[in-house]
Amino acid sequence: MSEFLSIAISILFHGLAMAMVLYLISVGLSVTMGLMGFVNLAHGAFAMAGGYTLVILMKQQNLPFGVALIAAIVICVILSLILERLLYRRLYGGDELDQVLMTMGLIFASVGAATYLFGPVSQSLEPPAVLRGQLNFLGRDFPTYRSFLILCGALLVTALWLGLERTRFGAQIRASVDNLRMAQTLGINTSRLFTAAFALGSGLAALGGGLGADFLNVGPNYALEYLVYFLIVVAVGGLGSIRGPFVAALIVGVSDTAFKYLAPQYGAFFIYAITMAILLWRPRGLFGQSA
Amino acid sequence: MTDLSSRDLTGDRKAVVDAFARRHRFKWYEAIPWIAAAACYFLFENYHALGAQIFATILFALSLDLLIGFAGIVTLGHAAFFGVGAYAAGVMAANGWHEPFSEVLVAAVLAAGVGFASGLIVLRTTGLTLLMQTLVVAALLQELANKWSSVTGGSDGLLGMKIDPIFGLYRFDLFGDTAYVYCLAVLFVGWLLARNIVYSSFGRSLTGIRENTNRMHAIGAPVDRRKIVIYTISAALAGVSGALIAQTTALVGLNTLALSKSGELIIMLVIGGIGRLYGAFIGVPLYMIAQDRFSQIDPIYWYFWIGLFMIFVVVFARGGVLGVFERFLQRRRSR
Repeated sequence: MSEFLSIAISILFHGLAMAMVLYLISVGLSVTMGLMGFVNLAHGAFAMAGGYTLVILMKQQNLPFGVALIAAIVICVILSLILERLLYRRLYGGDELDQVLMTMGLIFASVGAATYLFGPVSQSLEPPAVLRGQLNFLGRDFPTYRSFLILCGALLVTALWLGLERTRFGAQIRASVDNLRMAQTLGINTSRLFTAAFALGSGLAALGGGLGADFLNVGPNYALEYLVYFLIVVAVGGLGSIRGPFVAALIVGVSDTAFKYLAPQYGAFFIYAITMAILLWRPRGLFGQSA
Repeated sequence: MTDLSSRDLTGDRKAVVDAFARRHRFKWYEAIPWIAAAACYFLFENYHALGAQIFATILFALSLDLLIGFAGIVTLGHAAFFGVGAYAAGVMAANGWHEPFSEVLVAAVLAAGVGFASGLIVLRTTGLTLLMQTLVVAALLQELANKWSSVTGGSDGLLGMKIDPIFGLYRFDLFGDTAYVYCLAVLFVGWLLARNIVYSSFGRSLTGIRENTNRMHAIGAPVDRRKIVIYTISAALAGVSGALIAQTTALVGLNTLALSKSGELIIMLVIGGIGRLYGAFIGVPLYMIAQDRFSQIDPIYWYFWIGLFMIFVVVFARGGVLGVFERFLQRRRSR
């Protein structure tokens, strides 16, 4: 019994840590999808950029973890603003196919750029000394870095939800997701709003990519390799929803950890099967709008 | 049914009806790809193996064009059917069945089965959810092929395939002479099929579904059934293409099911021009020949430049090579 409990706790713990990372990366995708109906397959590339910047700044510039993380977010936000102005903007409200094709091109460009800049081998994150080792809690040992990850994730998620519920910016985003035209009619500058939401989403993705470097290996194929996870989280959660993806990330994180631990011979098989089953039951995702 | 012949019509209406009635007939320029393919057999004797690959991939791209270009089903998991076909042919060839045509047939049937079954689930959704589900189907199959290594060879790939000579006469050789003709012939049959579909009333209704699904529902077209039918047909063609690649390279790996495979295929199609039936015939050779040249010089740059080029095509040169060419012709005509 106590063995079962310890396995369950360990699965929940690691699953929760993975869920935080997946949520941070994917939530921006859900918002851009809900706001403008933009299918941004290249969203993972921003997470990859965040991961690379963090690792490289720490390794080569010897910057402390916190500083490097903030620098990574800033760099990715700037990068995303440039790309938004230059490319994404042209395809707003356009054909879904064009959006898929353009962002697919971005993915391939990111694969090539990452291979050229950092080589084909994936980079590993060296957490600072404080975050290494084990943390004793209620007589159990938990890896410190992952505990930190959960804590960070919980704080960010709370801040994000509060921000969306309580601030003017959040209200504008919710209004625009509900009804874009009505929001425009009321005088909300949706174009600027979208740019801001896009930058926020990319910044969160960079943060998730940086923090989550020990779950999702930062290699050149990042955007391709993990695309399926990000899409699952967004589609199962429900497009445009802020909370839905969190539940979906929990499901994916915990069940992925559980199956990899309990039935490693089947690999990621069950995650995919569960995803298909959920979407068969609710094609619009768990928290999708019915319209 | 009203008789659509132009007997009782005059003037502009007659011209339109005539054009419509002649639409499906073969035009002179449709012979160009086949003449070029025949000429290349004699002009580039050292590249027959590459040529065979190109033909098989054209068939793959053609099957994708039926989905994306005509039915408007944007999928990221088309490699699933390619992989099923490749593994079907590969597993047969490695386990004592060596006759090529029957392998292709089995590959087509199996891929069609997978297409039909997954289509029932996947096609219920649209947009990003559809993208995700097609991707998941391919990932599921890839994981299956990876873990079921006693049959598929797992991550080492399937080795030890043996293919009998075609009709017992033409052996698959190292230079790809047989493979070239074999793939070209199968592609021709596949092209005839795709062409017939596109110009049939079924094909027109697919275009209708792409343009306005709600209206197709409203006029009573069986939208869901049509989508499943084209999904199944397209899967079968992709399976045939996979079988061809497996037979001519005698190697099947996990990458046949990978997302990068679907992504590259989409890129090839975009370069040629989506929804034009001949986009595949232009995009695939351009891509594969360029890849053959450039990736020898600098394989790292390849993905970077192809990605940039793709963005360029989408933003500035809509419709790919054929789209630009069409606009050029229109501009000249309107002058």
